[in-house]
Amino acid sequence: MAWLDTIVQGLLLGGLYALFATGLSLIFGVMRIVNLAHGDFSILAAFLAVMLVDALALHWLLALALVVPAMALLGYVLQRTVLNRLLGRGILPPILVTFGLSIIIQNALLEAFSADSRRLNPGGIDTASLALGGGLAVGWFSLITLLVAIVVLTGLQIFIGRTQRGRAFRATADDQATAALMGIDPRGLYALAMALSLGIVAIAGVFLGVRTTFAFGSGPDRLLFAFEAVIIGGLGSLWGTLVGGAILGVAQTVGAKLSPGWGILTGHLVFLAVLLVRPQGLFARQRRLD
Amino acid sequence: MTPRSFRVQRMTRASRLGLGGAALALVGLITVPLWGDPAGMRRLVELITLLVLAQMWNLLAGYAGLLSIGQQAYVGLGGYALIVLADDLGLDPFLSVPLAGLIAAALALPTAALVFRFQGGYFAVGTWAVAEVFRLLVANTGALGRGTGRTLKAVFPLARETREMVTYFLALALGVAALVGIYAFLRARFGLGLMAVRDSEGASETLGVDVFRTKLAVYLLAAFGTGATGAVIYLNLLRISPDAAFSINWTAATIFIVVIGGIGTLEGPLIGALVFFVLRELLADFGAWYMILLGSLAVSVMLVYPQGLWGLIAKRWDVHFFPVQRRLEIDEPPRP
Repeated sequence: MAWLDTIVQGLLLGGLYALFATGLSLIFGVMRIVNLAHGDFSILAAFLAVMLVDALALHWLLALALVVPAMALLGYVLQRTVLNRLLGRGILPPILVTFGLSIIIQNALLEAFSADSRRLNPGGIDTASLALGGGLAVGWFSLITLLVAIVVLTGLQIFIGRTQRGRAFRATADDQATAALMGIDPRGLYALAMALSLGIVAIAGVFLGVRTTFAFGSGPDRLLFAFEAVIIGGLGSLWGTLVGGAILGVAQTVGAKLSPGWGILTGHLVFLAVLLVRPQGLFARQRRLD
Repeated sequence: MTPRSFRVQRMTRASRLGLGGAALALVGLITVPLWGDPAGMRRLVELITLLVLAQMWNLLAGYAGLLSIGQQAYVGLGGYALIVLADDLGLDPFLSVPLAGLIAAALALPTAALVFRFQGGYFAVGTWAVAEVFRLLVANTGALGRGTGRTLKAVFPLARETREMVTYFLALALGVAALVGIYAFLRARFGLGLMAVRDSEGASETLGVDVFRTKLAVYLLAAFGTGATGAVIYLNLLRISPDAAFSINWTAATIFIVVIGGIGTLEGPLIGALVFFVLRELLADFGAWYMILLGSLAVSVMLVYPQGLWGLIAKRWDVHFFPVQRRLEIDEPPRP
């Protein structure tokens, strides 16, 4: 029973990892770049939420409602003013610039908030659990996180699959030059994609902050988990990130149960094993976004 | 029409001057133990090791197009290899430095089998993930001191002055070997193939360059150089822990040095390392600000002038101290 409990916790953790992975996958799908500061943006969002909760005594959900649009705006401005200037210059500049941003954000957070670990106090929801019978119980907060991940993924799928703008996303992902000939401005589109990406990863960051403690240097681990969820699930598959996240989550909780120091390591090793056996991931599709 | 005489040139007046200057600087550096103080020598070891890390990363990213964000793996592996070879196996600690490089290169082979499945940005994150695997494996190994790490004890019987001097000369030899080695490497046939791969993988493949083997050779060479450098770093510091040895900050400093100085040139990392060191000394009292400033500088360079500071200098005065390119010089025909 203890093992079943461990596996269920891992599966639920997958919801959180899917929230981290979605934005990364979206940006890669549309722009073919990897945002190496992705994890650090989530931690930035978590610190902003802590600041709002501390300074204005807001409810954490209200802080979330303020932080998500703020991060989306930051993403839009970042893409418009910085990243769009690197278009058409190969793969090297975007990687180096986002890596530079990652180090800048980490050190700025260190200066602003010190090296102390922080946590958002959600007032009880983080410890409340739902008994499933047979001694099995799941945390309400984990369930809510998974639900939010499913809502976000569904929303994104409807947006990309059913709307005019979503069609422009798919066209640009398939062939940017031809899409531009059809009158699609890639710059505006990329800015919108980055706004979506940072908005979603802000949700992930705030949920992480409720679930566990975080510090200025927590970002890179989040980037790696997101990346691993994307690769395990299969590049370009939005729902694959949820499965990838769940596999990663189970690997981590099972590993941690075997030996406390082995949780994250087991996750990495499972990722490498999937890479070795099935490099295209479990749900790779021909089309990059669907 | 009178046939013009021409020749293909590599050395220019500036490059001869550059070699002369480098030789002078080397003589100056060799005599440092005669007049320098121990603190200054330790700093120089730090500067030289950072420079070698930068040259190795520049070879990877600037010449082979392999954007690794995981070179801290080899710094850490080199450092831990030094401790195991010298303390546990009783080998000479100084002789252990090149052996540590070989161990790092040996571990780079299975790593390459995994990360070479990725391209571009995914290669970057993949190498980072593997570096984390190495850190966590070391942090979970009792014989390696787990999370607290270990201290290099093999050098305790030596007099401090002897240890510091040998460490300094090792670092200097490593620095010279890296610079001369990469320069010779790039000027040889292999270097020509390598630069062809960087400019166009498809075209170089058609011309008979084995792209995979070329990239693999560079990756292993960089792992060797980075591993040996890691061993020198911990010969200098004596105390190792997984979080410090496998820290992303090694790669961050390295990348900022190369980008600010000028990626894809041999002179760039030299300039970048000097800028890095001066900024760090100036901002020593301001905590994390020097990393913020360096990061912002590197991002600005990428946005505004991606050839970096050396690119700016080379363009303004047309100087190349370490030319790897060939120039066609056509003599004016004699007037009738």
